[in-house]
Amino acid sequence: MEKHLTLPLSKEDAESLRAGDYVYLSGEMYTARDAAHKRMDEALNDNKSLPINIEGTTIYYMGPSPARDGRPIGSAGPTTAGRMDKYTPRLLDLGLRCMIGKGKRTKEVKDAIVRNKAVYFVAVGGAGALLSKAIISSDVVAYDDLGTEAIRKLIVKDFPVIVVIDSMGNNLYETVMKEI
Amino acid sequence: MRELNVEKITQAVKEMCIEANHFLSPDMNEAIKDSMKNEESEIGKKILSQLEENLKIAKEDMIPICQDTGMAVVFLKIGQDVHLVGGSITDAVNEGVKEGYTEGFLRKSVVNDPIIRENTKDNTPAVIHYEMVEGENVEITVAPKGFGSENMSKIYMLKPAEGIEGVKAAVLSAVKDAGPNACPPMVLGVGIGGTFEKCALLAKKALLRPIGKHSEIAYVKDLEEELLEKINNLGIGPGGLGGKVTALSVSVETYPTHIAGMPVAVNICCHVNRHVTRTL
Repeated sequence: MEKHLTLPLSKEDAESLRAGDYVYLSGEMYTARDAAHKRMDEALNDNKSLPINIEGTTIYYMGPSPARDGRPIGSAGPTTAGRMDKYTPRLLDLGLRCMIGKGKRTKEVKDAIVRNKAVYFVAVGGAGALLSKAIISSDVVAYDDLGTEAIRKLIVKDFPVIVVIDSMGNNLYETVMKEI
Repeated sequence: MRELNVEKITQAVKEMCIEANHFLSPDMNEAIKDSMKNEESEIGKKILSQLEENLKIAKEDMIPICQDTGMAVVFLKIGQDVHLVGGSITDAVNEGVKEGYTEGFLRKSVVNDPIIRENTKDNTPAVIHYEMVEGENVEITVAPKGFGSENMSKIYMLKPAEGIEGVKAAVLSAVKDAGPNACPPMVLGVGIGGTFEKCALLAKKALLRPIGKHSEIAYVKDLEEELLEKINNLGIGPGGLGGKVTALSVSVETYPTHIAGMPVAVNICCHVNRHVTRTL
């Protein structure tokens, strides 16, 4: 089923999605990958606040290539989500609603998705040039020293993703492999 | 003796880093296009068409095919009758990588130390493999390697008694474990024989072979064909979302080995299998 939805995603929209839905997202999301997750986790350990408001937001696991002049961003496809699994349940429990990446997640992440009625989307891996066309603006908002791994606020329009794990715990990767 | 200034190597490496990250070789382009005919799943077809469109956008708009523009792997075949002048060849290659990644708007993905992990900010150092060959030329291959797929690669130290069936099981197990993480459709490079490090290098070199070109050893060619068929029957499909096109090609390289062993390395590459070769 194809849907067009606005970010930040409402609770109702998140719960209405089902694994296998093809969705075009428009609105704001934040990028964060390995190093930014490690820093956010350390900030929480030190009882410090996160550099972004995590409640209801969307994190895109992505580190872009540099933008050429006149463009908002360079190539901008998803990185492997599983490397963030160690940090993810904590962020979901703090209100993170959507994640965009590629690849498998652990059971701990799936359980946290169900517990918090969140959603895991995937974008097509290795299609960074194509996906960059759906990004309207990109601004570094935290951890600038991390280069490509800094946290960026993106504004996207009709960014194409597929629901892989929904709020009920259905997992498209598992369904696909079971059907064979 | 022929003299070659290493500045020429710097210039070539720089240009090749930029070229490899924006243009796939014609055989890779064809392989992605052709794979559409074999795909039955709707979502699989949709993803393959997006990959084709992605390649078009990359070359027309000069946006890297993938944001992971890789760690630069450089193969140098140096003729024993060429005299390299003008400085260190290793420095010359790294300078080329630095200039290519900086001036070409490529992502800097290299950290200075595996534990300390500070970004070197120019994508150096490269991983450089030197080989001495006959003649007076220098052949350079630049193969930027992304880590989504590199992370899913594996080495197995099999027992000789496990035989060719053991090899097949090892390759299929690596592909199953990789699943959606390695950005399928994948390209597989397999090395069999040698030592621990030799089989890994064979697997990496196997990724450079043109798609559709098989080994000249009869049983190895059969193995490549059988593995491709078995992999494409796993059902992983484009993006790992189900379908027939899980791999575009399997290339196997072999080397003599020890009486006690049978090392097998499986180097997985995504559909963005980048490599450019030039001879100076």
